[in-house]
Amino acid sequence: MENVVEADGLKKWFPVRRGLADIILRRPPKFIRAVDGVSFAIKRGEIFCLAGESGCGKTTTGRLILRLEEPTAGRILFKGVDITNLDGEELIEFRRKAQIIFQDPYESLNPHMRVIDIISEPLSIHKLAHNREEVIERVTKTLEDVALKPPEEFMYRYPHELSGGQRQRVAIARAIILQPEFIVADEPVSMLDMSIRAEILDLMLGIRDRYGIAYLFITHDLAVAKHICDRIAIMYLGKVVELGEATEVIDNPLHPYTKALTAAIPVPDPRVKIGEIPIKGEVPSPINPPSGCRFHPRCPYAMDICSKKEPGLKDVEKGRKVACHLYG
Amino acid sequence: MLLEVKDLRMYYEVGDGVFVKAVDGVSFNLDREEALGIVGESGCGKSSLAITILRILPSNARVLGGEVLLDGVDILRLDEHRLRKEVRWRKISMVFQGSMNALNPIIKVGDQIAEAIMLHEKVSKKDAYRRAEELLSLVGIDPSRVSSYPFELSGGQRQRVMIAMALALNPKVLIADEPTTALDVIVQAQTLKLIKELQSRLKLSLMLISHDISVVAEMSDKVAVMYAGKIVEYGPAVEVLLQPKHPYTTALLKSVPSIRESKRKLAYIPGVPPNLVNPPSGCRFHPRCPYAMDICREKEPNLKEVGEHHLAACHLYR
Repeated sequence: MENVVEADGLKKWFPVRRGLADIILRRPPKFIRAVDGVSFAIKRGEIFCLAGESGCGKTTTGRLILRLEEPTAGRILFKGVDITNLDGEELIEFRRKAQIIFQDPYESLNPHMRVIDIISEPLSIHKLAHNREEVIERVTKTLEDVALKPPEEFMYRYPHELSGGQRQRVAIARAIILQPEFIVADEPVSMLDMSIRAEILDLMLGIRDRYGIAYLFITHDLAVAKHICDRIAIMYLGKVVELGEATEVIDNPLHPYTKALTAAIPVPDPRVKIGEIPIKGEVPSPINPPSGCRFHPRCPYAMDICSKKEPGLKDVEKGRKVACHLYG
Repeated sequence: MLLEVKDLRMYYEVGDGVFVKAVDGVSFNLDREEALGIVGESGCGKSSLAITILRILPSNARVLGGEVLLDGVDILRLDEHRLRKEVRWRKISMVFQGSMNALNPIIKVGDQIAEAIMLHEKVSKKDAYRRAEELLSLVGIDPSRVSSYPFELSGGQRQRVMIAMALALNPKVLIADEPTTALDVIVQAQTLKLIKELQSRLKLSLMLISHDISVVAEMSDKVAVMYAGKIVEYGPAVEVLLQPKHPYTTALLKSVPSIRESKRKLAYIPGVPPNLVNPPSGCRFHPRCPYAMDICREKEPNLKEVGEHHLAACHLYR
């Protein structure tokens, strides 16, 4: 199957603000290595998950791919074409095909705009609607796509008149009205109550099936990821440590970090308790990440080589990659 | 019985004669050394329930009835002075949601813990500090950290400081409102284990409030499920979570993904939780319930025994 999006060695280093003393003493500038060499490919119609704890770089990766941040290094390919340095008309053209859904539907919708104006804004930005009738027609169809029915009832409401789930549907409608081929969904259901989460996820799956849209699904919740995603990449301190089929990676984790992460997740069964979590300490700073494997200071299996040499992301079985010296 | 809550009602007044019925006839018991999980979605009244028990309420809150019996004494009827002197923090204390961000950023954590102790007990500054050090080591933080500022601690450590502070006066009941919601999953697991360990070591009764059924399943002996200001199901955790009887509990559990089960289509509950200014007549869940009958619109169901120590408020069971 053809790749819609490819990340190739993506890096994003944010400079740390230097104080006067740093400048006078000519201390070298420091960087937060938010994303530090990330590669993966997303296929057409695939739901690809980026998962990890806060600060692991998953959101920045999503923003890099959409060109909302400029990468420090690496390339982004969209349908085989390098878009890392696109600008002007070509960048606008790309933005028609790649959209984003944010985490918080209370923040991501302009409270002064009505639903019809929010959803049709991409049409006017890209000059794709020629008159009001066309706008109403496109918005009506999109509202039906996200199951806000009857559309004429929702069209003229303001965000504050909608529930959280309805707002997120509006955000999804805004993302799909241009018929994109790729959507970055950054924690799209984390703010929503459990009972309506599945409804929004279901809607996203339905849209994928209907239009063949590929998703980059960013989440910290591996339980959701397991039930929604096709493949998953686990990130730790700016790097992908494990990548493969979502059910495989979660049911049979290979990287010691993935093992700890999956072991720490509680389940809704009172007979099953969280086991021992074999790792020590907390996530170190991304400013001066540990040498070698970044996970080695916390890893129960750390060997000499782990502090010296950084493990590459290598194939260990078909479709499964792990960055760990324990494997080959 | 250590804590008995009977028919507790607390409404928020949001306008002339307009009330949000946040806690509307809630009854439950908490035994000594027992862990009770209170689970429900946002706006179901679970946090309001906690602050009503401790009476740390905003000015528009109206406690309209019920009893909160602590060792047989109705603390709802105690005056503010006695409540503060004898109950709050001393017998019942609380860890709040996101409370790790409530630490004063410019005061050392030791000072903040010692201050809480000195406010309630006549002890010297030195003794208060010694106690602060003990409390820090109790929650697994190096006692030398008394002289750290909050920003020098990680989120997980700050949450531990808040737990230490809640335990400063040896309470019998600890109310933990979403104690791990803002934490990453590994730190969450460590914090939950700490709370469990402290509970058994200090013989605490725990009231854990969470929207996360998995966290409640991890921690609780008993579970109460809240919906629209009421407890709709209540009983031993294994009963409520494995043999749910109320349609809301059943539907809620189907919507929760588990990392241990095989990939499945997640179910959801159609509609949205009701507005608590004008909750639906009869059973408040009836507009979303797949089994709704005529009686559900007309008559409010009471909690009835549906199994051993297992109660559900549903007309399906009579």
